[in-house]
Amino acid sequence: MREIHINDIISMIEHLFIDANVNLSENMYDMIKSAIDREESPVGKEVLRELLKNADLAREEKMPICQDTGLAVTFLEIGQDVHIAGGDLTGAVSEGVRRAYLNGFLRKSCCHPFTRKNTGDNTPPIIHTKIVPGDRLKITVLPKGGGSENYGEVRMLTPSQGREGVKAFVLEMVRRGGPNPCPPIIVGVGIGGNFETSALLSKEALMVPAGERNADDDMAALELEMLEEINRTGIGPQGYGGSVTALDVHVKMAPCHLASLPVAVNIQCHAHRIREAVL
Amino acid sequence: MTGRTGTDGVKRIEAPLTDTVINSLKAGDKVLLSGFIYTARDAAHKRFSEALEAGRELPFDIRGQVIYYCGPAPAPPGKVIGSCGPTTSSRMDSYAPGLISLGLKGMIGKGKRSEAVKRALKEHRAIYFGATGGAGALIARTVVAADVIAYEDLGPEAVLRLEVKDMPLFVVNDIFGNDLYEAGIERYKR
Repeated sequence: MREIHINDIISMIEHLFIDANVNLSENMYDMIKSAIDREESPVGKEVLRELLKNADLAREEKMPICQDTGLAVTFLEIGQDVHIAGGDLTGAVSEGVRRAYLNGFLRKSCCHPFTRKNTGDNTPPIIHTKIVPGDRLKITVLPKGGGSENYGEVRMLTPSQGREGVKAFVLEMVRRGGPNPCPPIIVGVGIGGNFETSALLSKEALMVPAGERNADDDMAALELEMLEEINRTGIGPQGYGGSVTALDVHVKMAPCHLASLPVAVNIQCHAHRIREAVL
Repeated sequence: MTGRTGTDGVKRIEAPLTDTVINSLKAGDKVLLSGFIYTARDAAHKRFSEALEAGRELPFDIRGQVIYYCGPAPAPPGKVIGSCGPTTSSRMDSYAPGLISLGLKGMIGKGKRSEAVKRALKEHRAIYFGATGGAGALIARTVVAADVIAYEDLGPEAVLRLEVKDMPLFVVNDIFGNDLYEAGIERYKR
């Protein structure tokens, strides 16, 4: 049994959310940079250059890359030999989020669904937990903006629709979003499981580093086929037309029921903010 | 004035917008906007609509003005404003034609507009500009001054009067019915 005090969790959560929102990862920076050469449209190239300039400025001035600093999505992988000391874990994550959004001058974007009254400190966070072997706590934060999140969907396909059905659904979602989710986008596709698992898989797919392929050959091929088709839509950077609509597509798969083929599409904008740490 | 076009092909224009400037803008033009604009997004638009229904005045005279669909991040110490990129415009589509008919001349946001908005732009001669979504820090640098003028209780959704200098934008929908998003897809789809 290893003890982790909530104070360490609070300060790590605060650090990760500020860092993710202010400093675009090297991986994403390089993905955007290399896309400039592939982009055919002069306007598209200019938009991509603006995004790099924006990332440089945000880093220099310690300002968020995008004003939509998102809902505070947090993944916890809790080792089964960890004991959380000093208070409750959910409260600690929440406190870390509150401090990050206050001290980091991040926008508070969390409100009541009907009255739209702002909760004031971007809490509650959205917390997903997994119990894993070991005595560590892995924290991954994914502040996710509303513009891209609005263009996702879960759909229960029929088994006969199969692989082609999945591709058609993903293409339909990308076309429906068009310029709105801030292309160039990253597309997370969850295939299988059940209704809620597919949605979670699609979000986890976004956590795969851009450029990395699924370990399964057929799923990896599917990712590349979808990426190519998305980049033939002509939507382009910011939707102004061009050849780079998506930077990557990731698939996560799980077995599903005999009667079902659940598929979820979660779209991420170019300001793909993600950070992880292990305590 | 019609807006000055530099050697770089970029048009420099001023807000509030004049008809001469509006007539000279075409979808796809890159412009640098200077002058005064107003932020308003979902909740502020709901209040505009409630005010108009109740026969009250809007918090500012909308004639000739430009609304920026934006909810900025808080200003860090020593800064005028926090990151302030555009939000998705389509959520304001139900309110926009009414405001355009009252004299609103420009909107800045990101993403597609409805047919009703595009019709109103043609009919009343107004422009829809796109700002680069996610370029919040870059756009913040073009904001010279920011003052809350209404609905402070809405927090990030309050109405701000911004003074901007060379804010980089593209004309998306002009008064001739052109649409940069549609033209872009037509040109680059394979």
